[in-house]
Amino acid sequence: MEKDKSKWKETRAGYGEGLVILGERNPKIVVLSADLTKSTHANLFKEKFPDRFFQFGIAEQNMMGAAAGMSLAGCIPFVSTYAVFATGRCFDQLRVSVCYSNCNVKIEGAHSGLLVGPDGATHQSLEDIALTRVLPNLTVIEPCDVIEARKATLSSAEIYGPVYIRLVREKTAIVTAEDSPFTIGKANVLRNGKDVTVIACGPEVAEALLAAEEAEKEGIKVGVVNLHTIKPLDEETIVKVAKETGAIVTTEIHQVACGMGSAVAEILSRTYPVPIEMIGVKDRFGESGQPYELLEKFGLTSTSILNAIKRVLKRKT
Amino acid sequence: MEIAELEKRAKKIRFDIVRMLCKAGSGHPGGSLSAVELMTALYFDQLKHNPKKPDWEDRDRVIFSKGHACPVLYASLAESGYFPVEELMTLRQLGSRLQGHPGKDKGLPGIEISSGSLGQGLSVGIGLSLGFRLSNNSARVYVIMGDGECDEGQIWEAAMSAGHYKLDNICGVVDYNRLQIDGATEEVMGLEPFAKKWQDFRWEVIEIDGHNLKEVINAYRKAKEIKGKPTVIIAHTIKGKGVSFMENQASWHGDVPKGEKAEVCLNELGKCLEDLNGEG
Repeated sequence: MEKDKSKWKETRAGYGEGLVILGERNPKIVVLSADLTKSTHANLFKEKFPDRFFQFGIAEQNMMGAAAGMSLAGCIPFVSTYAVFATGRCFDQLRVSVCYSNCNVKIEGAHSGLLVGPDGATHQSLEDIALTRVLPNLTVIEPCDVIEARKATLSSAEIYGPVYIRLVREKTAIVTAEDSPFTIGKANVLRNGKDVTVIACGPEVAEALLAAEEAEKEGIKVGVVNLHTIKPLDEETIVKVAKETGAIVTTEIHQVACGMGSAVAEILSRTYPVPIEMIGVKDRFGESGQPYELLEKFGLTSTSILNAIKRVLKRKT
Repeated sequence: MEIAELEKRAKKIRFDIVRMLCKAGSGHPGGSLSAVELMTALYFDQLKHNPKKPDWEDRDRVIFSKGHACPVLYASLAESGYFPVEELMTLRQLGSRLQGHPGKDKGLPGIEISSGSLGQGLSVGIGLSLGFRLSNNSARVYVIMGDGECDEGQIWEAAMSAGHYKLDNICGVVDYNRLQIDGATEEVMGLEPFAKKWQDFRWEVIEIDGHNLKEVINAYRKAKEIKGKPTVIIAHTIKGKGVSFMENQASWHGDVPKGEKAEVCLNELGKCLEDLNGEG
């Protein structure tokens, strides 16, 4: 993991880079924006391929429906907006026009979670995993860093069907390398453990790795799984690490209710029940503050993960 | 197709609609019957399509936004030869391809998109229209909307974008029967001045009697000639058209005739068919 903060980058940048590569590879790629072209990094595509860029103004419901229509015309549309709008503002269009019709639409949920920072609760999407993972046909991905975000963007165009890619505004640690594996639906075990496994997604993967290093100093062997694909879940890997370590901590920048941790618990409760501690936002809205101040305040940093590791260890029989 | 022949098709479609709804025991007759001529003119005269090749890339697309009125869509598709007419009798049954509202995933030929949550079809049509423009496909896009669904904000977002992009390969059709579930459209949520609204959103507006097949066909033809902006056909219609006790009654929006009433309307429509066949 790259700890030098000067090399950190925002995952939305990986989306922008991915769009340009895709644009060069495939003339069917089109990009849609609702007046957030620069902050979603869709502007990189717009500059290179202006004919395949479509502005929809501040009207996300129409944009989502139009994306469904464009896919029916043979295009591969990438809907670029913030996570709150992509999933909340136009949930019904996502549900009926896109997912129920199984349209080949890719959706960028930029600015997810608390790392939006000072803009505050309206713009901090803490519900989008819940809203997307209940939709049939929809694939849900939260890349852990900018490199993985680029790979996720590229891979999303390789599969048929709707894909939601959850991204963040703030620069985050580089966890993976160019040659790290990335396959949609296949979780990556970054660290093998003996005592407990932390399953994380998005920027929490870096926090989980830090927590694991700290735990190691105290003699606790902690595994770390990068669960970049939240739907479909890699059941095999989740059950495997549960069997190997007998205890799980999940961590995500999202409500604990109905999030990634809940998805993990759903699988383990019916296949291989082990004690689970879940890190996330606990039934409250976000607030203004600097991104990492907020992670601290909401208990989402490596310190909180380490505490959860210790709690779950006590529950092991 | 000759107008007389189209009229025959329209009568048959009306009969199919009532027959399948009576069999299903639930559904939406009012808004299905008001749109019969609009759909008949499309499927039997205006559309570039091939029922034997429902996935033909260059076909014109019909996006049926007022999904609850799907019996008229199903009947039009069946009478065109997309699937056997007898399959209409499976409407709303477990395992049927004819869902209560169109479901693309059920694989019924001719269904372009799932619909039924109102207000979504025009956006889908605009996406198709932009996609066709990009790929130089000359296919046209028809979006069939209800008047009540024009209460939805998304319709006007979509209208704004079609005007902005000067899309002339899309034709909106509003079945303006002036009734929605809770009553008259003007009382529930005033739409007027309706034509002016579309004009203000940079659309060409054609207003017609939506039950006069000659007017309907002329409107579709004229829409094809309008360049540089989208066209909407505002079709003035009668909800429940063709069944005496249903006409202009909001109560038949989502209720189906049962028992004696079912016989009355099947007889009415059946007699119309016999008369026509007799003439033929």
